[in-house]
Amino acid sequence: METIFRKTEGLTDALFHYCPGCTHGIIHRIVAETLEELDVLGKAIGVAPVGCGVLAYEYFNCDMYQAAHGRAPAVATGIKRVHPDNIVFTYQGDGDLASIGTAEIVHAAHRGEKITTIFVNNTIYGMTGGQMAPTTLIGQKATTAPYGREVAHAGYPLRIAEMLATIQGAAFVERVAVNTPANIRKAKNAIRKAFETQIKGEGFSIVEVLSTCSTNWGLTPIEALKWLEENMIPYYPLGNFRTPGR
Amino acid sequence: MAKILMKGNEAIAAAAIKGGCRYFFGYPITPQNEIPEYMARELQKVGGCFVQAESELAAINMVYGAAGSGARVMTSSSSPGIALKQEGISYIAGAELPCVIVNISRGGPGLGGIQPSQGDYFQNTRGGGHGDYRTLVYAPATLQESVDLVMEAFEVADYYRNPVIISGDGMIGQMMEPVEFKEIPKRELPPKDWATDGTKGKRKPNIINSLYLDPEQLEKHNWRLKEKYDRMVQNEVRYEMYNLEQAEIVIVAYGTTSRVVKNVISILSKEGIRVGLLRPITLWPYPEKAFDEIPETIKALLSVEMSTGQMIDDIKIAANGRWPVYFYGRSGGMVPTPDAIIEKVKEILRGQR
Ligand SMILES: Cc1ncc(C[n+]2csc(CCOP(=O)(O)OP(=O)(O)O)c2C)c(N)n1
Repeated sequence: METIFRKTEGLTDALFHYCPGCTHGIIHRIVAETLEELDVLGKAIGVAPVGCGVLAYEYFNCDMYQAAHGRAPAVATGIKRVHPDNIVFTYQGDGDLASIGTAEIVHAAHRGEKITTIFVNNTIYGMTGGQMAPTTLIGQKATTAPYGREVAHAGYPLRIAEMLATIQGAAFVERVAVNTPANIRKAKNAIRKAFETQIKGEGFSIVEVLSTCSTNWGLTPIEALKWLEENMIPYYPLGNFRTPGR
Repeated sequence: MAKILMKGNEAIAAAAIKGGCRYFFGYPITPQNEIPEYMARELQKVGGCFVQAESELAAINMVYGAAGSGARVMTSSSSPGIALKQEGISYIAGAELPCVIVNISRGGPGLGGIQPSQGDYFQNTRGGGHGDYRTLVYAPATLQESVDLVMEAFEVADYYRNPVIISGDGMIGQMMEPVEFKEIPKRELPPKDWATDGTKGKRKPNIINSLYLDPEQLEKHNWRLKEKYDRMVQNEVRYEMYNLEQAEIVIVAYGTTSRVVKNVISILSKEGIRVGLLRPITLWPYPEKAFDEIPETIKALLSVEMSTGQMIDDIKIAANGRWPVYFYGRSGGMVPTPDAIIEKVKEILRGQR
């Protein structure tokens, strides 16, 4: 019998623990498929964050680390400096990367560290139960912004892709979303380019993936996808911010 | 090999490279800057790599990545910087990774000062990191001993898969002494088959991790770590006993302070007052068993520290009520003078006789 579809070798057989409707699973899958398609699974080393993605080390079928909250880019730096020929990536949420770990991500980019970061922006702290993140939208409710985020009190949401794109060492920066099949295809394409940037040794690469958290947003999975489209994409425009040689 | 005159920090850095260290991650802070500076010059010549991290937090996490990758790796800092590394040290201990951490300590609390201090005894031996973990702590008193212990520290770290701390004060880092790089005893080390270098499709993934969500599993992990720490207590304790025969008082001191005490001992012996020195070389595991060797002539113990009194807690635990324990210390970067220690010894003897 002809096999027309099979699960990627890039994922283990462990069952995801993610909530129904959460898009972490989709993002895991397209990252894993990309590693397999680029034939680098055997030399891939990944770094899981603290956040809902913490157990990613059980899901990706390659050597893995679990890092302290926000420090994945520093851990990846240590790995890449020892094994420059391996493919090193971090997988981080927006509390991890855009709050506690801003120094580490900025300086990994600033050094032009030849690693790839998958940055999952769901505008909220999922794992700890829905607190405000630096990426929480204006007016969006969170357990620590019970009346909705107010600019006067908490400032404007942080646009990480745009910020990192100002750094010379960040060779590839793109923002994608995983709310529709078409966008998922585009996201996978960007993830492939990001890893290719690393393989060619062109510098730091990051893909910001707009993601959902229906549980903490208090929406059904379908409503959450719609909310992403209607609220997140207008504030966090999709597109490429940096490509090597451009 | 002939002896060469070196500055403490440079001797420590050179010893690390001789001990197999090929990766160094650090952030500048006085009085240890010559260590990263030396590494920046020398590591690339031996095929290694130096990275100036954006902070001590980043540096210790780079160490975590490099140690998990199977490399011999070191970081160094001074007191406030070591405080920032504590979360990372806890992760490294939890994930059972080997590395060497040098603390050339200075006065605190807060920004404190930049002069030598032993105010990091608690930080070095108790850690500031969370959870049930221990780090082996060496406290060299001379540059020769620093060199020997740094080289050995890499063997010991690999042997136990645990961080090893070198506790030196600013004096050790900044002074110059002749040193010789000798061969150090090699341990039988298993291959690092747990390290990450890519599966190459030939083995199951290696995972570097300290997370155990199931409390029963975490407890099991912690008791297994405890067994390892117990083996360190059994096998790694080091100390020096000096001039204890017929002594009336034992001074307990480590590192730079122990050298001042040796002066005190020779001055007092000319006056016919016999004082001994118990010098812990490992601050953890603490040389409790050394206290069992203290002769019957001893009337009291005196802790001399460059702090307001930190090691004295361990001395009291080890003494277990067998002798009164006195204290003399200077803090904030001040070094005890022989005269002041002599005065303290005489005062104790007046009370004891
Ligand atoms: C030093 C430290 N501070 C706080 C925490 C608690 N904590 C765990 S996950 C998390 C937030 C994660 O949110 P995010 O990075 O957005 O990822 P998500 O869970 O939404 O995927 C926090 C604050 C921690 N584990 N360590």
